[in-house]
Amino acid sequence: MSTVAAQKRGFGAVLWDYLTTVDHKKIAHLYLFGGGFFFLLGGLEAMAIRIQLIQPENDFVSAGFYNELLTMHGTTMIFLAAMPILLGLMNAVMPLQIGARDVAFPFLNSLGLWLFMFGGLMLNVSWFLGGAPDAGWTAYVPLSTTSPGHGVDFYVIGLQIAGAGTLMGGINFLATIVTMRAPGMTYMRMPLFSWTTFITSVLILFAFPALTIGLFLLMFDRMFGAAFFDVGLGGNAIIWQHLFWIFGHPEVYILILPVFGVFSEIFATFSKKRLFGYTAMVFATMLIAFLGFMVWAHHMFTVGLGPVANSIFAIATMAIAVPTGIKIFNWLATMWGGQVTINSAMLWALGFIPTFTIGGMTGIMVASVVADYQYHDTYFVVAHFHYVIVGGTVFGIFAGLHYWWPKMFGRILNEAMGKLTFWTFFIGFHLTFFIQHFLGLMGMPRRYWVFLENQGLDLGNQISTVGAFFMAFGVTVFLINAVYTAVKGEKVAEDPWDGRTLEWITASPPPHYNFKQIPLIRGLDALWVEKTEGKGRPTPAEPLGDIHMPNSSFLPFIMSLGLFIAGFGFIYQVDYDWAYILLFGGMAVTLGSMLTRSLKDDHGYHIPKDELESEAD
Amino acid sequence: MKGWMGKIRAFCLLGLTALVLSACGKENLTALDPKGYGAETSFNLIILSTIVMLFVLVSVMVVYTIVLIRYRKKKDQEDYIPKQVEGNKTLETVWTVIPIILLLIIAVPTVTATFDLADDSAASDSVNVQVTGNQYWWHFNYEGKEIQTSQDLYIPVGEKVYLNMKSSDVIHSFWVPTISGKMDVNPENENTMYIEAYEEGVYWGKCAEFCGPSHSLMDFKVIAVSQEEFDQWVQDMQNVDPEAEPQDAVAQEGQALFQEKNCMSCHAIGSSPAQIGPNLTNFGDRSKLAGIEELNKENLKQWIMDPESIKPGNKMTGNYPDVSEDEAGKIAEYLLQLQPSDITPESAGKE
Repeated sequence: MSTVAAQKRGFGAVLWDYLTTVDHKKIAHLYLFGGGFFFLLGGLEAMAIRIQLIQPENDFVSAGFYNELLTMHGTTMIFLAAMPILLGLMNAVMPLQIGARDVAFPFLNSLGLWLFMFGGLMLNVSWFLGGAPDAGWTAYVPLSTTSPGHGVDFYVIGLQIAGAGTLMGGINFLATIVTMRAPGMTYMRMPLFSWTTFITSVLILFAFPALTIGLFLLMFDRMFGAAFFDVGLGGNAIIWQHLFWIFGHPEVYILILPVFGVFSEIFATFSKKRLFGYTAMVFATMLIAFLGFMVWAHHMFTVGLGPVANSIFAIATMAIAVPTGIKIFNWLATMWGGQVTINSAMLWALGFIPTFTIGGMTGIMVASVVADYQYHDTYFVVAHFHYVIVGGTVFGIFAGLHYWWPKMFGRILNEAMGKLTFWTFFIGFHLTFFIQHFLGLMGMPRRYWVFLENQGLDLGNQISTVGAFFMAFGVTVFLINAVYTAVKGEKVAEDPWDGRTLEWITASPPPHYNFKQIPLIRGLDALWVEKTEGKGRPTPAEPLGDIHMPNSSFLPFIMSLGLFIAGFGFIYQVDYDWAYILLFGGMAVTLGSMLTRSLKDDHGYHIPKDELESEAD
Repeated sequence: MKGWMGKIRAFCLLGLTALVLSACGKENLTALDPKGYGAETSFNLIILSTIVMLFVLVSVMVVYTIVLIRYRKKKDQEDYIPKQVEGNKTLETVWTVIPIILLLIIAVPTVTATFDLADDSAASDSVNVQVTGNQYWWHFNYEGKEIQTSQDLYIPVGEKVYLNMKSSDVIHSFWVPTISGKMDVNPENENTMYIEAYEEGVYWGKCAEFCGPSHSLMDFKVIAVSQEEFDQWVQDMQNVDPEAEPQDAVAQEGQALFQEKNCMSCHAIGSSPAQIGPNLTNFGDRSKLAGIEELNKENLKQWIMDPESIKPGNKMTGNYPDVSEDEAGKIAEYLLQLQPSDITPESAGKE
């Protein structure tokens, strides 16, 4: 209904709808759109990096610009592409999977989205305002505190704004899952993607404050003359690395756990079998999350923490391989004895297993401290983390997009183009990154603007660059596929994959209230239970009645805009007094809209029962 | 540890010969052909962990292949619903316990090696060098020997040399892949590591911690020479007369210009403490100019006139008076004849 109406409305009306929406499904669209945009931007940066490294002592880009590219590639891909796209998938699917009509705090959901958008914008306007951040996505001090210009300032403020949004998203999902599960949906009946959303949100809740604190200290050092990290004035430079990685390591699990959920759904659906060892999967996820907080110093083996600290962190890191291994074998066992259908979504999931296993192997290898003295900060590590982040997160995102596209947009992605995307991206990926393991051991440190002639590194780098073009081709085909599908794609009914979980009982795309009547849950794989033992769909848990829905609001956009403006004030008050106008003006806008939100009663509205009755199922 | 690990290594070297020969990288730069104590210890662990992990990968891939062959949907069983299996305690226990054992196989030698490489109890009886990392060059101060030099680190072969490392600006990381793993060079605390080269040679060193625009150009060399040659070098370096007048007339003019253009405010000749720019005592013997370029008059002239074109973001650019091409040539002539010792990178043989 809503999309048909949307097509009839003008562009302005649709835009206004999206700017003010608090509907988790539209917010998901915006997350996917924003994240997708930044993914392309980060990809372009990656291509520029690979072109620069196609031959020794190349001068495609200058040294300073190269550092900006590598910094922005990392920052963009982690904070502005991977995480928002995952938040998009969670928004699109999790409320449906647990049988809820929206998230617990729809307004906050919208605020989180716009904070991310403006944070990402903040980071990227730096390109046009004197240069992007150039101290690496890790922004190690003193390099970041002494970096000239305002690049790193944009990093600090941009991430602070975007990070606040992510934190809100995490809290929101936690509240949603704790309070809004449909009747009968006990924790141990939740689909695994909802479980991983839950655990990821816990990680966000505990990890992001460490980043916030680190960024605050960095902000004060750079903009207000503090010396938290200035060794000459009694500060401590290593503490930044601790703060960063106390956030940074859980962050990589924030990136990987949700896609573990995605793959669990896909393997089960396309093998027509329930997930093997569901309980073990849930607890393995928890264990990974818990251990994820205990291992941050493995990023710092060469810092000089001493053999005791290094050994402890090495063992803790290796321990993570155990629950991860359990997951891999459980997925294999899920397919074992099943009836495996191979389509685009499943291809990504199948491509993930060998790729991620290699990433896990090298993960154990880098955890071995003394071996890491060689790997550390070389292309070996670059290869390792691309194997887990691309081979895990990006494959998972593509898998999830192919799997849930029909649910989100009502149309199924073109299968031929889907396969072409997978194969070119998959082959390109291994071409690009497998050789990098060897480049690292052959003496090529990471973040090198050029490599010298006659060092035996030419061929490997050339292969790597060729591979990158394959990946770029694959992504381009996916974009064409998305557009093609929007125009000509095959329309689907509610349950195109013979699904097992609740999101497949509602229309594709779902009405804005999701479920006319909240379903009653009778077991794990709620829909499958009904298909095999019941009437084919869950019994409603409530009589048909008025549905209470939240009102749209423009305030989240204004609040985020205020912080965006204030951000410029913070950055430029170092040079110009007029910047204080931006600083205080922006904060006034944000605080003013917060005040408005607090004082103005907004009780939402009700969809009357008769309107629901008149709508077809 | 060396016994059985050595056997594993020998075994693997046989198996990996093809790989080692083709993809090892450049001699004296690669970590895959170790010629020093640290690099060898790391290499043994690399091989051990690779083997264990390949075993895991193969196990996963075998199951994976069987699944894809046996359980793909067949045409004639569209309506077949597989048995919904909840789990299997025995299987799940097996794939929990076996990885733990495999990890222990890696973990125990890892911890042993970690403590081994961190042991600096013998430091006081050995050669100690104060290493200072700077954007984008390395300074070496031989403790108790009154020798200061930059970029080329001379060490006696077969001896443990202790490096006490600190940075003057941002964080760097000292890495000579063929003889040792890396250690960060921090601005706030002194990190100690030791290196020991098994063979004479000129080993490539690289900065491994992102340190600014010329991070990729912050190369240096470790020159491992025999004990006698090292002693000779030490003696020669200690006997340097920083004010010695060159024999060549052009070089003499160069020396005068060197003082006139205020080069001395940043660069020392002789064993004065670490300064703003590299120490030039044995500049004429350097293996490379600025760590990366061939050391000859043309390149040196270019450096003196426009260092930015060679190392972007270096601290020399803009901090010295204008130098004409003619003057640069004379200064270059002077610097290139600073060859106080017969022991040079060539003494170490191959590079």
